[in-house]
Amino acid sequence: MVECSATAISSDQTRPEFRIIFELIHEGASVLDLGCGDGDLLALLQEKKHLIRSQGIEIDEKAIYRCVAKGISVVHGDIDSGLPEYGTGSFDYVILNQTFQQVKKPDTVIQESLRVGKKVIISFPNFAHYSARYQLAIRGRAPITRSLPYEWYNTPNIHFLSIADFVTFCRKKEIKIEKAFYLGNRGEIRFLPNLRALLGIFLISSDILSKR
Amino acid sequence: MKTAIENRGIGIVETRYYTFAQPPDEMVLENGEKLGPVTLAYETYGELNADKSNAILILHALTGDAHVAGFRKGDKNPGWWDNMVGPGKAFDTDKYFVICSNIIGGCKGSTGPSSINPATSKPYGLDFPLITIGDMVKAQLQLIKHLGIQKLLSVAGGSMGGMQVLEWMFAYPDNIKSAIPISTAMRHSPQQIAFNEVGRQAIMADPNWQNGNYYGSRVPARGLAVARMVGHITYMSDKSMEAKFGRRVKGERQDFKFTPDFEVEGYLHYRGKSFVDRFDANSYLYITKAMDNYDASRDRNPGEILKGKDLKVLVIAYKSDWLYPPYQTQEIARLCKQAGLDVTYCEIESNYGHDAFLVEVEEQTHLVKYFLERVQHGRVLSNRNIL
Repeated sequence: MVECSATAISSDQTRPEFRIIFELIHEGASVLDLGCGDGDLLALLQEKKHLIRSQGIEIDEKAIYRCVAKGISVVHGDIDSGLPEYGTGSFDYVILNQTFQQVKKPDTVIQESLRVGKKVIISFPNFAHYSARYQLAIRGRAPITRSLPYEWYNTPNIHFLSIADFVTFCRKKEIKIEKAFYLGNRGEIRFLPNLRALLGIFLISSDILSKR
Repeated sequence: MKTAIENRGIGIVETRYYTFAQPPDEMVLENGEKLGPVTLAYETYGELNADKSNAILILHALTGDAHVAGFRKGDKNPGWWDNMVGPGKAFDTDKYFVICSNIIGGCKGSTGPSSINPATSKPYGLDFPLITIGDMVKAQLQLIKHLGIQKLLSVAGGSMGGMQVLEWMFAYPDNIKSAIPISTAMRHSPQQIAFNEVGRQAIMADPNWQNGNYYGSRVPARGLAVARMVGHITYMSDKSMEAKFGRRVKGERQDFKFTPDFEVEGYLHYRGKSFVDRFDANSYLYITKAMDNYDASRDRNPGEILKGKDLKVLVIAYKSDWLYPPYQTQEIARLCKQAGLDVTYCEIESNYGHDAFLVEVEEQTHLVKYFLERVQHGRVLSNRNIL
């Protein structure tokens, strides 16, 4: 039986970062969601923001079926190889919602996302959250946090970065951080994000392009 | 076993025929030759709505026919895609007007090498012109117009049916709202051509073939059966053959040293033999040649054609299909992506090889059902309560 998620609202749809991403995207935009999972974010944007075009890329076959049942058009494949096939500037936004840390070549994927999308929205779990620091530094264990919920042996994450790492990376690669949001245990954080945030969400664009 | 009627199938259906291109207004083929009159066998299911916007054309594979679903009077078995076409099924005949057309070059009621050549009053044989996938689709366009349809809601098909879908996309993109190419290719690889050539050589090596002039006498049954046996091997997979036959042997051994002892051998013999009763050897030559010669990007740039078109595309591949491997279907999805089309691509897990598109109904139904709903209504209808 194909698992068709007829259930209306999964808890995922109220994920806090959805609200932040939702606010960043303008009405009638075109959106490419890299690693769109069950398609909840795209379905939400499609419904409320009346996207002119939306497209997902997803590696999991079962998730593809759930996307299709929500009316999402989705391409089965991995982000690393699926992205180069899109034309330059073909989407207003490219979204990497907690998938960035799972791709083989994050550097290339960011550059490609900035090429394909006019803007890129990227979110990732913060490896330098105080709880992760404590688990690693004091207890000597691979950290498990709310945003890094996996055991070392079953995690899909292959890159571990902190918010500070990402900011440094953007500076080095001449990527412009237009907006940044940090989510902690109880909503948004403004103070000491690299220590207190579980998740960083960035709206970025290519610095070179914006200078033109 | 449930009958199709209990299963709310289509029930009794009838094949119809449309003849056009009467001389001197013959159909001009891709190679410049003329063919006429041309008859196409077709079947329809469901009702065409008032604004004629719910028609779906289904395109069959190499040895298929217009009889896609339901039972013809006296038939024991339903049409070749009965599990996909019918009330409540993927191609839901309660909602859509489904048309399935046979192809020119075939032998299932449409004009082909076994038809009577009006110039000689004898079967065409090898006087039949070399037809192409483009010609098949060009003829179908005539049928669609005859049925009063300007724009099809969708065109769908697997294997060679998928090639016809591609041809619709690139030759008549304004006549379709969506396309569903399944387990197919923009062009045959050398491996695909090679298998077809073995089949053709088997037919032509049969002494009964007589340069194609065997009508009215003995048919090249051995050759055609061997061609079909080769075909069947390529439609299955290592895993599906292992599951179906293993190394099991049939009953008692016989005196002759080279009897088909293994079950797989017996199966291929049976398949080959039964094929001879229902298919014409010359048609097999013409159609396989049309497939081998097909190149979706011949004399044209498919990407440029698709750019800016309001066309939704669902591309389906099967992981274990080694005859039309997923990399070939990916090329189609890639093309649609680059052209900015609304495209969905899914590679379905299956052990059935190329046959999967005829067998793996459940996943395929899910994909097709929701896709068509979105094409027809602009969204999935089920009232989803979001946020």
